[in-house]
Amino acid sequence: MAKRAAPEVNAGSMADIAFLLLIFFLVTTTIETDSGLNRKLPPIEDNVEPPIIKQKNIFTVLLNGKDQLLVEDEIMELKDLRQAATEFLDNGGDGTCGYCNGKKDPESSDNPDKAVISLKNERETSYKAYIAVQNELVAAYNDLRNIRAQGLYGKSFVEMEANLNDVNWPGDKTKLKADLEKIKIEYPQKLSEVQN
Amino acid sequence: MAKFKKKQGGEMPAISTASLPDIVFMLLFFFMVATVMRQNTLKIENNLPFADQVEKLDKKDLVMYIYAGKPSANYRNYGTETRIQLNDDFADVNDIAAFIAAERASKREELIPFLTTALKVDKDANMGLIGDIKQELRKVNALKINYTTKKGSVMDNN
Repeated sequence: MAKRAAPEVNAGSMADIAFLLLIFFLVTTTIETDSGLNRKLPPIEDNVEPPIIKQKNIFTVLLNGKDQLLVEDEIMELKDLRQAATEFLDNGGDGTCGYCNGKKDPESSDNPDKAVISLKNERETSYKAYIAVQNELVAAYNDLRNIRAQGLYGKSFVEMEANLNDVNWPGDKTKLKADLEKIKIEYPQKLSEVQN
Repeated sequence: MAKFKKKQGGEMPAISTASLPDIVFMLLFFFMVATVMRQNTLKIENNLPFADQVEKLDKKDLVMYIYAGKPSANYRNYGTETRIQLNDDFADVNDIAAFIAAERASKREELIPFLTTALKVDKDANMGLIGDIKQELRKVNALKINYTTKKGSVMDNN
């Protein structure tokens, strides 16, 4: 029998297949960005005199080895911590804080600038409990800053921070930065960790 | 008047599309090669805890990762105590200083103050080890840290 030439396969659709693959990978690839709680460690300094802080300006949070929470010498559930911390920070006991909405209880903190949260944990404390407490305390600060920012600028603090990091945000970033700074000064994050 | 000859089949010759796949494959390979998805091979369990007050950790080249957790099933001969992992191997608390120094040396000098240390720690780890890590970081003056978490409610942690 005579040998017949094999018919040529049409390669035109190959491009479509390759494009399909390309688009599939483009769509499914998620370059995930990590997120988490940013903290700053205190630098090591030798022989620094600890500042004298009034007892009423310290909000002690103690997390023991069984992940139980002791706040201001009372046992507390994690879900109540945010509220308690907010009340402590926003108390404004000495009346110098015009923007505080707290109860002005003379037994609690003087003003947000003086209020310090002290967190102590034990070696046996689990990491998840520690993160949960850290998260709630940061949330307390963020809540207060949000309320303050809402009152001053009509948008929340978290939103403003997001705008600052957004490259496409059209507004004036220098002013935004100054606004954020102002709020950060009004509610400074004073979270101290006891070294063990 | 000249008489025009009618063209035979006045269509354009078809452009060969046979090389189109090559072009597209070239694109595909370029993206496959250029996309960096380097992740350390974890030898530990790394189940991150949940938190909702998170900030994004962008600029990946400015992040140093420290992992900690129990050795995973294949590495049980290292025990079941929480261990630190740096790069691709188990490490000791004392190795952190050298690790930070090496990471710093590999970055441009002007970027060093912006380096962040991301702690990717298993949620069942205990704080003793974390405290030790933090103390080591303070010694080498790597003060910016980030507790890497998953986004979610803290109440889901248990």
